[in-house]
Amino acid sequence: MPSKVEGWKDEIYGTEVRDHLYEFAEEGWDAIPEDEHDAWFERFKWWGLYHQRKGQESYFMMRVGVPMGRLTPEQLRVVGEVAREYATGPVENPEFGGAYADFTTRQSIQLHWINVEDIPDIFERLEAVGLSTIQACGDSWRNIVGSPVAGRDADEHLDVWPIVEDLHEEFKGNDLYANLPRKWKVAVTGDTRGAGQGDINDLAFEPAVKEIDGEEVKGFNVRVGGGLARKEPRFARDIDVFCKPEDVGTVAAGLSALFRDHGDREDRFNARIKFLVDEWGTEKVRAVLQDECVEYDLPAAGDNLRDQYDYNAGRADAPGDYVGVHDQHDGDHFVGLSVLVGRMGADEVIELADLAESYGSEMIGVTQRQNLIVGDIASEDLDDFLGESLLETYSPDPHPFLRGSIACTGTEYCSLSIVETKNRMVRYADWLKKNVPVPDGVEDFHIHLSGCTASCAQPQIADISLRGMKTRKDGDPVEAFDVGLGGGLGENPQFADWVEMRVAADEIPGYIRNLLAAYDERRESGQSFRDFVADRDEDELQALADPEETDYEDPYMHNTKMTWYPYADEDDLDASPAPTDPQDEPLPSDD
Amino acid sequence: MVVSVHQLDDGAWLSVNDERTVPVSQLWLLARHDICDCEQADFLAEGFVEVGVDWPDVEGRIAGQCIACGASGVTDWLAMGRVDRETGAFRKVVPSSVHVPRRRTKLATPE
Ligand SMILES: [Zn+2]
Repeated sequence: MPSKVEGWKDEIYGTEVRDHLYEFAEEGWDAIPEDEHDAWFERFKWWGLYHQRKGQESYFMMRVGVPMGRLTPEQLRVVGEVAREYATGPVENPEFGGAYADFTTRQSIQLHWINVEDIPDIFERLEAVGLSTIQACGDSWRNIVGSPVAGRDADEHLDVWPIVEDLHEEFKGNDLYANLPRKWKVAVTGDTRGAGQGDINDLAFEPAVKEIDGEEVKGFNVRVGGGLARKEPRFARDIDVFCKPEDVGTVAAGLSALFRDHGDREDRFNARIKFLVDEWGTEKVRAVLQDECVEYDLPAAGDNLRDQYDYNAGRADAPGDYVGVHDQHDGDHFVGLSVLVGRMGADEVIELADLAESYGSEMIGVTQRQNLIVGDIASEDLDDFLGESLLETYSPDPHPFLRGSIACTGTEYCSLSIVETKNRMVRYADWLKKNVPVPDGVEDFHIHLSGCTASCAQPQIADISLRGMKTRKDGDPVEAFDVGLGGGLGENPQFADWVEMRVAADEIPGYIRNLLAAYDERRESGQSFRDFVADRDEDELQALADPEETDYEDPYMHNTKMTWYPYADEDDLDASPAPTDPQDEPLPSDD
Repeated sequence: MVVSVHQLDDGAWLSVNDERTVPVSQLWLLARHDICDCEQADFLAEGFVEVGVDWPDVEGRIAGQCIACGASGVTDWLAMGRVDRETGAFRKVVPSSVHVPRRRTKLATPE
């Protein structure tokens, strides 16, 4: 029997949800029938709106999908202005203030505290500059990821930006693919770095070459069924298909139709295509694609370029991100800036947009490591640009612990998270910077902190993986983490080994200090942390270091999930002002 | 009286009559369970897998793990609370008191 969510989607889903959103916006929060909340909030996701967690009723997270993370300075400025004007709630965040934007691991932008009444105005502002929230959440084609510097990067196989623009145009708002069994995440990689991180997507186009009719053709190999969620991580699997650039749309349409028609609509926990690939095997996926979904003979896979991949690959010989100054093929430079945990104040977003524009940049990129890139900086302007005061905070040459830290949304807003995340990661990074010597040669050290098994911070593919948990300390429940080591992508992707379980959150910094001391002392010369971990079995890894309390202080040890907002002075659920009007004043209760 | 129950947002919470009632992240004390060998499992709720109504009880199966021993699993059916016959109001159980999961004979509401 189809799931209840499928029933709601059958009634109303896709583009038509927008008309209803506008009606609710006109009439206000109370117009959403109370006994239809669950159905409507499920449908709103299709338009990028996610109802915030318990205690924050009437507030929404709004996600803006940015194909390949590419923004113009004008678009970024509008994001900052919308954040400043609308993404404000009843209480400020102690680390980030009252209005900010989150840059996500899938190259999108998230704003919080959005009221339904403001949605039409926000849509108008965003759409005027070509941005949209369409299909940013929900069961459909999500934001297409890839390298934002496609067409600029000197280390490039193919410029995939025109391909991604075509896919975005074709599959957003397309009724044929509007209602899939579950989310559908696509990565298109045209660089030689592996920066699309295709291995963790439902569908990945990976750079490849193949000889066809005596000519070497540049194109893609196709992989299907990657994803990290729910303790069921899978890397995308090679289905032995080579795809010419002009066939990407056809193959993408075919595979998303295959998913639409054969994915599990009865059990949402079994719906992602990774489970269908488990069940069928890659040969059947290929056969069904060939027989039912495409009308030309699919060529066998070509030669891949995976041995060159260095993005989040934990290699000692190459940085694993875009931070710093890089060459473009036109002689200009792109400059990657570290944005700790991906969160930037609204005023700074606007400042960065203005700054980029003043240097003639036409592209600001959001990366999958929650950082930003400013493109098109001329050689003669480079020193001036690097000397700008905003780059003291968002640095192209950050401390390795700040540079490599990623965190998901966490209990601040998210229903699923078990623990507080972003503010804690900021505190961790700050403590590590002050107290832990960086082993020689380490430029970026990747710590991914995820609040739960949904794995939005990609915890299984980091040097150190932190996944939200609970433990007891002196009998009382406290927030904690499972700790994994040695994950990463690259030629041979590897999930982290889960080594220390249920470590109290305030003992994590001490653990990392002890672990890095052991690494520094025992590693072979020049050995990367990932290789150091790969050389050891689980017992050896466990013996390397112990968790330890230090002078690090963690203000979020109590159950932040049971607050209405973890940083409010009065944080009890009962103290919540929600639901509120757009001015954050409580609505009259009808009890 | 009709009671509608859902688990939503990837099993993040139990909704009763379109109101979010029981979230993940709480510790449930389980006795006579088959999650692990602990006499009483100190069970962290990480996700609601199935929910249903066995009037007047609202029940669910929870994915999670015992934080005493580390074993992961999905519980049998647990009573999450009860709907008041007169008013329809939902009263949830206290997770930290002892709960005994049980197998179900009737079909639950599919999610
Ligand atoms: Zn146990």
